Amino acid sequence: MIDLDDTDRAMIRALAEDATLSAGALGRRFGLSQPAAWRRVRRFREAGVFRGHRLECDNAALGFGVTVFLGVKLATRGRTGLGDFERAVQAIPEVQTVEHVLGMYDYRLRVVARDIADFERVLRRRIMTLPGVGSLDANVLLSEERRPGPLGARGARVQDATS
Amino acid sequence: MLDDIDRRILRQYQAAPDEGHAALAARCGVTATTLARRLDRLRETGILKATRGVIDWAVLGYTVEVSLRVTLDKSMPQAFDEFLAAAREVPEVLEIQTFLGQVDVRLSVIARDLSHYQALYRDRLLALPHMTDVEALMHVARLKSDETLPL
Repeated sequence: MIDLDDTDRAMIRALAEDATLSAGALGRRFGLSQPAAWRRVRRFREAGVFRGHRLECDNAALGFGVTVFLGVKLATRGRTGLGDFERAVQAIPEVQTVEHVLGMYDYRLRVVARDIADFERVLRRRIMTLPGVGSLDANVLLSEERRPGPLGARGARVQDATS
Repeated sequence: MLDDIDRRILRQYQAAPDEGHAALAARCGVTATTLARRLDRLRETGILKATRGVIDWAVLGYTVEVSLRVTLDKSMPQAFDEFLAAAREVPEVLEIQTFLGQVDVRLSVIARDLSHYQALYRDRLLALPHMTDVEALMHVARLKSDETLPL
């Protein structure tokens, strides 16, 4: 785990918004020299603060008007079943994320499709034919908001209060 | 409108968003100038909204991730707006999604450990307004997370 000061937190928040910011731009924004900003960015990289970059596109403009979250419960348990399912589900291009969860479902999938008819095709041909699938629960995404997370001064205060 | 080159650029950029533009231009089979011009246009038209840094919260000390599936009291006309406004005030809430289906809202919540989560759940999350039902899914592993589009 990495120790962060307020400037680190603000820089991480800025890079989460725009990963293409240069050390020079970060320095200007947070009152640091370019080399000082670069040293902080290098420290983030060495600690693995960022898993990577992600493009955010206008999905609807690219023809993907529908996003559905699917809860999947496997019918048959056992190690071979899990491995087969996991390999096959990750290979489906329309499946954007696969998370293994504990609770009323085993897996949570984020699926994109052109429209509801296209989603039905993906569901019937690709997902319901996966090895070991038991029950499915579908929720169509209406809106989505990503929050900065506990990185602000306010977030730090809340953390302190609960620790 | 997008042509084949735009689609190729988006496809390749999505597949390796951390790579430099020189490598990207080479994989797309276009010159650096063409790539820069195309990317500028994709940004201007709003098709390419941003290149985000994806934080590994475990590295920042947040090892617990929970998906809260919430059902709201729809007899209250302001239920959604008030719930969403209150959820935004909780710093540990990373994602807020609204749905058409059995679940109305899903919150993705992180915590440093289980006792921190328990405190957060009791003091902040259960205090959110207009909830009639809430279910928690504990996150175990992320197997795929690139969020690429099949262009």
